[in-house]
Amino acid sequence: MKDIIIEIGLITKFAGRFFREIIKPRFEFAEFARQCYYIGNRSLPLVAITAFIMGLVITIQSRPTLVEFGAQAWLPKMVSVSLVREIAPVITALICAGKIGSGIGAELGSMKVTEQIDAMDVSGTNPYKFLVVTRVMATTFMIPILAILADTLSLYGGYLGANIRGVVSWDLYWSQVFDTLVYSDIVPSVTKTFFFGFAIGIIGCYKGFNSNKGTEGVGQSANSAVVISSLLVFILDLLAVQITDVLNLN
Amino acid sequence: MKAESKKEIFKEGTVNSNEVISIRNLYMAFGENKVLNGFDFDLHRGENIVVLGKSGSGKSVLIKCIIGLLKPDKGSINVLGENVPELNTTDLDKMRVKVGFLFQSNALYDSMTVRENLEFPLRRHWINTSKMEVNNLVMEALTNVGLPHTVDMMPSELSGGMRKRVALARTLILKPEIILYDEPTTGLDPITGKEISNLMLEVQKKYNTSSIIISHDINCVKIVANRIVILIDGLCYATGTYVQLQNSKDKKVKQFFE
Ligand SMILES: Nc1ncnc2c1ncn2[C@@H]1O[C@H](COP(=O)(O)OP(=O)(O)O)[C@@H](O)[C@H]1O
Ligand SMILES: [Mg+2]
Repeated sequence: MKDIIIEIGLITKFAGRFFREIIKPRFEFAEFARQCYYIGNRSLPLVAITAFIMGLVITIQSRPTLVEFGAQAWLPKMVSVSLVREIAPVITALICAGKIGSGIGAELGSMKVTEQIDAMDVSGTNPYKFLVVTRVMATTFMIPILAILADTLSLYGGYLGANIRGVVSWDLYWSQVFDTLVYSDIVPSVTKTFFFGFAIGIIGCYKGFNSNKGTEGVGQSANSAVVISSLLVFILDLLAVQITDVLNLN
Repeated sequence: MKAESKKEIFKEGTVNSNEVISIRNLYMAFGENKVLNGFDFDLHRGENIVVLGKSGSGKSVLIKCIIGLLKPDKGSINVLGENVPELNTTDLDKMRVKVGFLFQSNALYDSMTVRENLEFPLRRHWINTSKMEVNNLVMEALTNVGLPHTVDMMPSELSGGMRKRVALARTLILKPEIILYDEPTTGLDPITGKEISNLMLEVQKKYNTSSIIISHDINCVKIVANRIVILIDGLCYATGTYVQLQNSKDKKVKQFFE
């Protein structure tokens, strides 16, 4: 228990440093762009396929319940809300925690144990700015984009799902979806993905920067980066639900 | 005014004297683990000093304090007239252009080619050079370590000895006055180790450097050392030439030469 509290304190301190370093001049734009490309490139296919399938599956599975109430006409309404508000953003964040979080943890971890981070320091480069700020910025920026993409693709999946048993025309489906979705569904859902992205980036970097010597140290960094950032995604999601509830945005 | 003139005298003093690095009363501990306990040490211009010590005795900590990667708890580290623990980031960067560091694990950037690895310190220290000059400097440094043909390879394609050479080239590209070597031959086979030791001597002649070499490889020590310092219990336990220390009667000194 004590260890957990200490760990939380250290992570908070590490994250606090991000805000101090980011305002200092000389933003490493090239490295930031490289990281954004890398994140998109690595996780786009998986996010896209998973989001599409989730949309499809959730729609197919929701159908019988609605049929029971004679409310199958509500199918697009119901699935679009749950897809856009919860499923697409959380699935995106979890996939990225797995792929990007572990990637950053392993990359920085191996740079740490082979002294590459020290080498940057002696080469006139602030390693926190060069490695951490750019990666955290990239995850904070890219994960919302991926989530919006996932929203869209899961709705396409939903369309296919709605047409497997019943018949819903293309126009009817989309007009129902857009009638249902209001700003208060989309804005909080996108906003929380910024926090997901930040959490994934910070945890990956923190674990990498603090890995121990030895190869199992690097593997462990990658592993615990995934575990902690996935957990954080759920905690942040819970918080987001509470906050939107309190603000009465629904 | 007064302070300034004092500083001038101080600088004059160090330029005239022969010492490029001078460490006094250095203390460094990690929690309960007292690593350095009042270490004193001088490096003279043109000299190759080997610091001998057991694994975990604080050799790496010592040179990481010199380059400013670690901040000592107490003591002064005078490098080319500046007290390292008191330098701000800008002055530290200026000092690091003049002091090269060869890491034990080479620390070549995995994601970059050999050329990009060598360009990194040049670009990062904002040394104004044209593209052509950068290329010339890269090729010059690589030629001096005997590996000009590896310029477009990735570090993962190189052997251990080649990586060591490339890492040395990356240190040399800034034409440092002092080079700090952290166990340059550890992990290499004896023949490659000997090649690296000879290369260090060549570099010393060509670049006119002074060096601190951390090692416990006695073959390397024999080749490169002008003087040896033995680090035990965080103190400078003994110092002397290879022959002097080899013939020492002291048990703790002797064990390094067996
Ligand atoms: N960053 C650090 N944090 C805590 N302890 C450290 C750190 N760096 C080194 N030490 C400890 O200092 C001691 C000396 O380490 P080091 O200088 O690496 O030994 P060596 O002489 O083999 O190079 C070791 O006991 C090591 O555990
Ligand atoms: Mg060491």
